[in-house]
Amino acid sequence: MGEAMYELRYEEPATLDAAIGLITAEAGDVRILSGGTDVLVQMHCDMIEPALLVNIKNIGEMRSIEKDRGGYRIGAAVTGMELVNHPDFGNDWPGILDGVRLIGSIQVKGRATVAGNLCNASPAADSVPPLMTAGAIAHVVGPNGARDIPVTAFTTGPGQTALEKGEIVVSFSLPERAPRSGDAYLRFTPRTEMDIAVVGVAINLTLDDGGTCTDALVALGAVAEKALMVDAAGAALVGTKLDDTAMQNLAAAASAACRPIDDKRGTKEYRIKVAGVLARRAAAIAATRAGA
Amino acid sequence: MKKTHVSTTVNGDDVDFLCEPTQTLLDVLRDELQMTGTKEGCATGDCGACSVTLDGTLVCSCLVLGLEAAGKKIETIEGMANGDELHPLQRKFIEHVALQCGICTPGLLVAARSLLEVNPDPTEDEVRLWLAGNLCRCTGYHNVVEAVMDAALEMRGA
Repeated sequence: MGEAMYELRYEEPATLDAAIGLITAEAGDVRILSGGTDVLVQMHCDMIEPALLVNIKNIGEMRSIEKDRGGYRIGAAVTGMELVNHPDFGNDWPGILDGVRLIGSIQVKGRATVAGNLCNASPAADSVPPLMTAGAIAHVVGPNGARDIPVTAFTTGPGQTALEKGEIVVSFSLPERAPRSGDAYLRFTPRTEMDIAVVGVAINLTLDDGGTCTDALVALGAVAEKALMVDAAGAALVGTKLDDTAMQNLAAAASAACRPIDDKRGTKEYRIKVAGVLARRAAAIAATRAGA
Repeated sequence: MKKTHVSTTVNGDDVDFLCEPTQTLLDVLRDELQMTGTKEGCATGDCGACSVTLDGTLVCSCLVLGLEAAGKKIETIEGMANGDELHPLQRKFIEHVALQCGICTPGLLVAARSLLEVNPDPTEDEVRLWLAGNLCRCTGYHNVVEAVMDAALEMRGA
């Protein structure tokens, strides 16, 4: 990267308005430098040659974690380790933290951000399925103003997002939690750490006082061109006490939704099978966290 | 390419350097400041050989731009020993023969020190998890983990 033959401009604006102004004024390729754990690697490997890098880490609203009416608003430049070390976040959204903890090493999490994980748009991004089942909303600003994009609609394909030219993610928000709710994310990898998901499953569910599931959302990662919400898998749990039949129906629905590729990490058949197994295990963890 | 003047702090010393926007903190440490204790393994954040702390946070210096170091506090392997007196982790790495070729060692030491600052009494699992981002291709991790556990014991005054 030090040998680069092209001109790269680097800016670190102090306000969101200044950032949007810089991005809008640049005719060439612009990249946002948040954690940098994907952007700097892509530059190093000559996959991208941006004309402008905009470091957003000096913009106050992008650096903060706010508990907002019981929910959260998390700035786009908040790192994984800041979420890991937050006193309440892991109690409120343990399934999202399951995903965050799996993003790279301690070193990588010291820089990497959840917003970056979302914008990098890998089908195997570990924080995306639990954000989807949490009902997370990405708050986006661009040359034409601000808008909200549900995380379920954010990723459109490998490396592709719903962001328009010049738009950036400022923060994402998580809703207030219903009582007796729990979430969990499990992934399968050949290695225990520092690996990319073969399959990832997130489940967010709510139980009533009698232990009957009243609400359940299920999302799968690494089994399609993007993370998938699987309505039928959630529906398999609603109205049940998560008995064996419900768990088998959940697993069948999760497996049926997979449309994976064969690659060095796993075959199609293996991914389809494992999606069902992980769904059952994740549901059991989520139920325990919900207070079942 | 245009160079920018950057003022930062490395191991407690005020440091100034000129930096191009494409240079990483790792490039700056090794090529501009001649602090070659920090090693380049992969340059893509996978191996941890370039581990340093940035305002107290453990990071891969290959994933930080030199320009981002402005106004920050950087700690590298060069700041670990106190003159000729080795840090307990360094002594324990030698005692337990926790290295072979040595390329991964500065990164492992910086990462282990960072762990013991937040968790002075880690379990073996916690040590292994924290050091998962530091790859060794020679010896394996058994002696490294023993050395870190032993250093933690000594540093707790037990």
